[in-house]
Amino acid sequence: MINLIINDIEVSVASGSTILDAAQKLNIKIPTLCHLDLHDLKMVNQVASCRVCVVEVEGRRNLAPSCATPVTEGMVVRTNTLRSVKARRTVLELLLSDHPKDCLICSKSMECNLQSLASDLGIHSICCEGEMSTYPIDNSSHAIVRNLDKCILCRRCETMCTNVQTVNVYSAVGRGFETVVSTPFDLPLSETACTFCGQCVAVCPTGALTEVNNRSKVWDALRDPNKLVIIQTAPAVRTALGEMFDMEVGTLVTGKMVTALRNLGFDKVFDTNFAADLTIMEEASELVHRIEHGGTVPMLTSCCPAWVKFIEHNFPDLLDIPSTCKSPHQMFGVIVKTYLAKKLNILPADIVLVSVMPCLAKKYESARPELSNDDIPEVDIVITTREFGGMLKEAGIDLPILKDEEFDNPLGESTGASIIFGATGGVIEAALRTAYEWLTKKTLKNVEFTALRGMSGIKEATIPINGMDFKVGVAHGLGNARRLLESIRDGKSHYDAIEIMACPGGCIGGGGQPYHNGDVEVLHKRMEAIYREDRSKKIRKSHDNPYIKKLYDEFLGEPYGEKAHRLLHTHYTKRQKL
Amino acid sequence: MPNYRMHLLVCGGTGCHATKSNVLVNELKRVLVEKGLENEIQVVETGCFGFCEKGPIVKVYPDNIFYIEVQPTDALEIIEEHIIKGRKLERLLFVEPSLNQKLEEQLDMPFYKKQLRVALKNCGFIDPEDIDEYIATEGYHALGKVLTSMTPDAVIEEIKISGLRGRGGGGFPTGLKWEFTKKSSADQKYIVCNADEGDPGAFMDRSILEGDPHIVLEAMAIAGFAVGASKGYIYIRAEYPLAIQRLSIAIEQARDYGLLGNDIMGTGFDFDVEVDLGAGAFVCGEETALIKSIEGNRGEPLTKPPFPAQSGIWEKPTCVNNVETFANIPPIINKGGLWFKQIGTEKSSGTKVFALAGKINNVGLVEVPMGTTMSDIVFDIGGGIRHDKQFKAVQTGGPSGGCIPYSQIDIPVDYDSLVSIGSMMGSGGLIVLDEDDCMVNIAKFYMEFIIDESCGKCTPCRVGTKRLHEILTKITEGKATEDCINHLVELSNTIKDTSLCGLGQTAPNPVLSTIKYFLDEYKAHVIDKHCPASVCEALLSYTVVSENCIGCTACLRSCPANCIKGAPKEIHEIIQSDCIKCGACFDICRFEAIIKK
Repeated sequence: MINLIINDIEVSVASGSTILDAAQKLNIKIPTLCHLDLHDLKMVNQVASCRVCVVEVEGRRNLAPSCATPVTEGMVVRTNTLRSVKARRTVLELLLSDHPKDCLICSKSMECNLQSLASDLGIHSICCEGEMSTYPIDNSSHAIVRNLDKCILCRRCETMCTNVQTVNVYSAVGRGFETVVSTPFDLPLSETACTFCGQCVAVCPTGALTEVNNRSKVWDALRDPNKLVIIQTAPAVRTALGEMFDMEVGTLVTGKMVTALRNLGFDKVFDTNFAADLTIMEEASELVHRIEHGGTVPMLTSCCPAWVKFIEHNFPDLLDIPSTCKSPHQMFGVIVKTYLAKKLNILPADIVLVSVMPCLAKKYESARPELSNDDIPEVDIVITTREFGGMLKEAGIDLPILKDEEFDNPLGESTGASIIFGATGGVIEAALRTAYEWLTKKTLKNVEFTALRGMSGIKEATIPINGMDFKVGVAHGLGNARRLLESIRDGKSHYDAIEIMACPGGCIGGGGQPYHNGDVEVLHKRMEAIYREDRSKKIRKSHDNPYIKKLYDEFLGEPYGEKAHRLLHTHYTKRQKL
Repeated sequence: MPNYRMHLLVCGGTGCHATKSNVLVNELKRVLVEKGLENEIQVVETGCFGFCEKGPIVKVYPDNIFYIEVQPTDALEIIEEHIIKGRKLERLLFVEPSLNQKLEEQLDMPFYKKQLRVALKNCGFIDPEDIDEYIATEGYHALGKVLTSMTPDAVIEEIKISGLRGRGGGGFPTGLKWEFTKKSSADQKYIVCNADEGDPGAFMDRSILEGDPHIVLEAMAIAGFAVGASKGYIYIRAEYPLAIQRLSIAIEQARDYGLLGNDIMGTGFDFDVEVDLGAGAFVCGEETALIKSIEGNRGEPLTKPPFPAQSGIWEKPTCVNNVETFANIPPIINKGGLWFKQIGTEKSSGTKVFALAGKINNVGLVEVPMGTTMSDIVFDIGGGIRHDKQFKAVQTGGPSGGCIPYSQIDIPVDYDSLVSIGSMMGSGGLIVLDEDDCMVNIAKFYMEFIIDESCGKCTPCRVGTKRLHEILTKITEGKATEDCINHLVELSNTIKDTSLCGLGQTAPNPVLSTIKYFLDEYKAHVIDKHCPASVCEALLSYTVVSENCIGCTACLRSCPANCIKGAPKEIHEIIQSDCIKCGACFDICRFEAIIKK
C-alpha cells in the first residue's frame, strides 16, 4: 500500500493506483474528460491528452494529470488550488475555443461530457477565440455519423477500436492544430473495415460520434395512413430503456415498453424474442446437422452483424464456420413480410417494419443487399434504444407511469431462452437448451449454464452429450473474438460451438443503448435483469414455444428444411482488411 | 599500404558538399593521379571543420595550412603550387577581419582559438568512412578497456564522476540515466541514440555522425555493456542522407571487425545496432515519442512516469541518449571522469557544441568549454555581427529556448545559467539576431514552427500554441491591444504548466523571453502600431524622400498596385491608401529615395 496526502487528508491505496484513484477513494472529485476506465471491459483510456484533471503535486515543477500519474509514497497532492483550478479552466476554454457552440441542437445535448464539464466549471465566456477546425461530416454509413468538428481528441474511440475491439479503424493523423482522429487513408467509414459495433459512439464524450438518426423516418411511416407499421423490440432494449427515464438501472420495462409503443401509434407490437426462438430452432438444427453429418465445427453464432462483418474482413478464410442463420430481427422481417403479410392479406410493400435495437450494426445489417427481397428490405428501419427513448420524450410519453401491456400475437410470444440473447453467452446457452434435448432425446432439467455467463472476456464449458464432451466457447468484445479465432485457426484450441458478440457484455452493452458514462456496473445490472426475465418465464426452451411450432406447421415445414433454408439462412462475403 | 607524406583533408560535411567539396575531392584525386602523386599524397574526405561560413575547407596536413572557399578549379593550383613546389596559395588563406591579416594555421584563427574539441575531436581530421582511421585515433580503445577491465558499475561510476549531462537539451545526468536503466531488470534492454535533431538552424548531431560515426557506435556499445543491453537503435531523421550513409558504412565495418555483433573482442559481450529512420517530426526528439516511432506507431509522447529507463521500447527498459552525449563517452572512459569534470563549470562539466547561425560573421559549428561567455562565442569565435549591425539578441535552445539580450551577454553558457534567464541550452542551436530583427516576429516564427510540429495530442499544446500564434499575428498586424500582451503571458504560463511533454512545456519560452526582455517592442506594436525593426509589413509605410527622388519612374513601373504617381523627372508620390506594402519600389530604387518605417 502507498500512503499519500490529498488536500490534507491521508489515504492509503494499492501500489500502481493513480492520483485520481486515490482521490476517488476520498470522495474528492477531480474533473476529468478524456479519461475512461471500464474495468471489466479491460479498457482504460489513460492517454492524459485533455489535461483537465491536472493537480498540484508538491515538489513537481508542473501540474500533474491525476488520471495518469501513479501515486508514490509520501506524495502530497492538492486538487483545488487556485493554480490548478485556473489551469483546468483555461484548458477547457481552449477546447471550447475549437468546438462548435451549437449545443442546443446537437444530438448529444444534455448527454455531452464537455457540455456538463463547462457547466460545472461555470464557463460563460471563452478567453481565446480563434480559428476553428472544420471537416466534412462523414455520414457515408448507415450506422455512424462522424462530425469531427466536435472531436476533442480524447482518443477514447481510438482506444476502444484498437485495444478492445482490435478493429483499428481510428487513428490520430496530422499534426498540431490539424490533428484529427481519422480512418485509414481518410476513407469514409463505409469503405473501411469498421464493423459498426458502435462502441466508439458508446464512449465518445461529445457529439463527434453519433448514430445515424432514423427517428424522422419512423415518424413519417407512422403518419402514413396506407402503411401497416409494425415494431419489433430486441431483448436488451427492455433492460435499459428505463435508464432514460431515471428509473433504477436494471429495471425491466417490458410491459411499459409495449404500452409506450402502442401509444406512439404502431399498429402491431411484436417481440424480436419470438424470432430469437426461431433462430434457435434453425441454429440448433444446423448444429445437430453438422455434428451428425461431420460438418464443420466449431459452429459460430451469427446473430451479431458487427461480428459477421468482423469475420468477413479479418478471417475471410474461416467463412464456413459461422452458422448460416440470419440474425433474429432479420428472420423476423422475413416472417412478417411473408407469413404475416399473407395472414393479414396485405402486400409486403405496404408494411413498414421497424426494429428497436440496442445496436448500431443492425442499421448497417438491414441495408445489406442480400437481406432484401425484390428491393423490399426485410427490415425497413432500425432505431436504437436511445432513439426510441428520445421519441417517447418527444411524444410526451412518460414511461414510468405507464401500465403494462402484452405483445401482440402470433409473433409476440417468447421463451426464457430468447430473452437471454441479450447477454453474452445467452445465445449459445439457449441453443444448448434445445440441442441437448434433440441430441440426447432427454429432458434438460437444469437449463442454466452458469459457466457461460458473466463478464469474463472468453468463457468456456464442457457438456457431456451422448458420452461425448461437447465443448462450448463464448467471446464478447471483438478483441476476445480475435484471440479465440486465432487459436482455432492455429489449431491451438478445439470447440464444437462458439458464441461471439461484438460488444462487451453482449447486446446489453450495445452501441445503441443509453450511455453508461463509464459506469460498468450498469452492464452488470442490465445482465441481471436479463436472467431475471428468463427465470420468470414459464417456457424456457425455444422449441417449446407453441407459436414457433405453429409457424413451422403452418408455413415453414421442417426446421433447417428447404423453405426454412431459403428464407432464414444467408451467406457471407469475403472482404479486405482495410 | 602506401606511406603518404602529406594529406589533403577536405571537408565532406553537408554544408561543404553543398558547395561542391565532393567534386573538389574527385578533382584533387584526378590531378594527383595525373601528376603521379597518388601514392605520396592522400586526399581525405573528412567530417565538418565547423567553419561552414568559408567552406569548402581544405587543410594540408602536416603543414597545417588552412584553405578556405576552395573550388574544384583550384585543385590543380593547390597541387602544383603547394604540394609540388611547396608554395602556399596566399589567395586561399583566411583573412582575419579584426587584424586584416592572412592566417595560415587553423589554431591562429580566433574562430578556433577559444574552442576545445572533445565531441568533435575527429571531425575534420579523420575519414569517417574508414574504421582504421578511427582506430588510429584511439578508436574502440575505450570499448576494449570497458569490456576487459571494468565492471558495468564501474563504467556508470566513471560517467557519474564526469558529471556529463544530456546534450539533447534536458541536461539530465547521463550516469544516473544509465544507472536507472541498469537497475530495471528485464530479459531485454535497449540503447537508443537520439539523432532526431530538429531545432531550426541546428546541425551539431548531424556533423558528428557525418564526421565521426564510430564514436557513437563505440559509445552505444559501452552504454549497452553498462546497463545490460544487447541491442541499440539509432533514430535518425531521413533528411540526413549523408549521416545515414556514413553510419551504415561504419556499422558494417564495425561488424566486420567484430566490434559490433556477438562476442565482441572475444569477451562474450553481444551488442548490435540498427538504424531507424524518422520521418522528420520534431516531436520525435522527445524520448517517449521517439520510442513510439521506433515501435512503428505514431510518434506521440507518453506521460512520464514510467520513464523509458523502466519501460521503453516494447515496454523494455530503454536508455535514450543524444548523439553529442554519446560522443563524449569514449573520451571520458579513456581519460577518466575526473579529466572531464575539470572542463567547464561545476554543475555543467565538459564542452558543448553549438551551431552558430543568423546574423553572425562566422556561421558554423563550434565546441567550447561550458561556462564560456555568450559574448566570447558571439564576438570572438563568431566574429561579431554581420555588416557591422547592432547586436540585438541570441536565441538559444531553438523553439524551446529563449533569447538572451545584450544586457545578459556576459552570462556563462551552461545549463543552469541559461534557465535562470528564461532560456535553455537546448541541443545547441544558437541564432544571432541584429537590429533588423523584430522580436515579436521572432516569437511568431518559433510559434509557427511549434504549431506545425506539435503532435496534437494534448489540448494546451495543440490549441494553446495555435492561439498564441494568432495573438502574435494580431500584434504584428497592428490589430492587438495592450491586453493581448498580458493574455500572451497568462496563456503561455498555463501551456507550460499543463502540457504533456517537453515540447509543449517549453513551447511558450520564446514568447515569454521576448516579452521579458523586449517589452518595449511589443508595446510599440500594440500602442503605437509601429514595428521598430521595420519588419512587420502591416505596420510599415513606404514614402518617397523628395530630396533623393530624381523622377526615374523605376518605382512607378515596378509597383503592382499602380499606386505611385509621377512623371519623368518629377518627384514621385506613393498613394498610401492603395499601397499593398509589397516593397517592390523600395527594392528597385537606386537612389535611396524610398524609405520604409
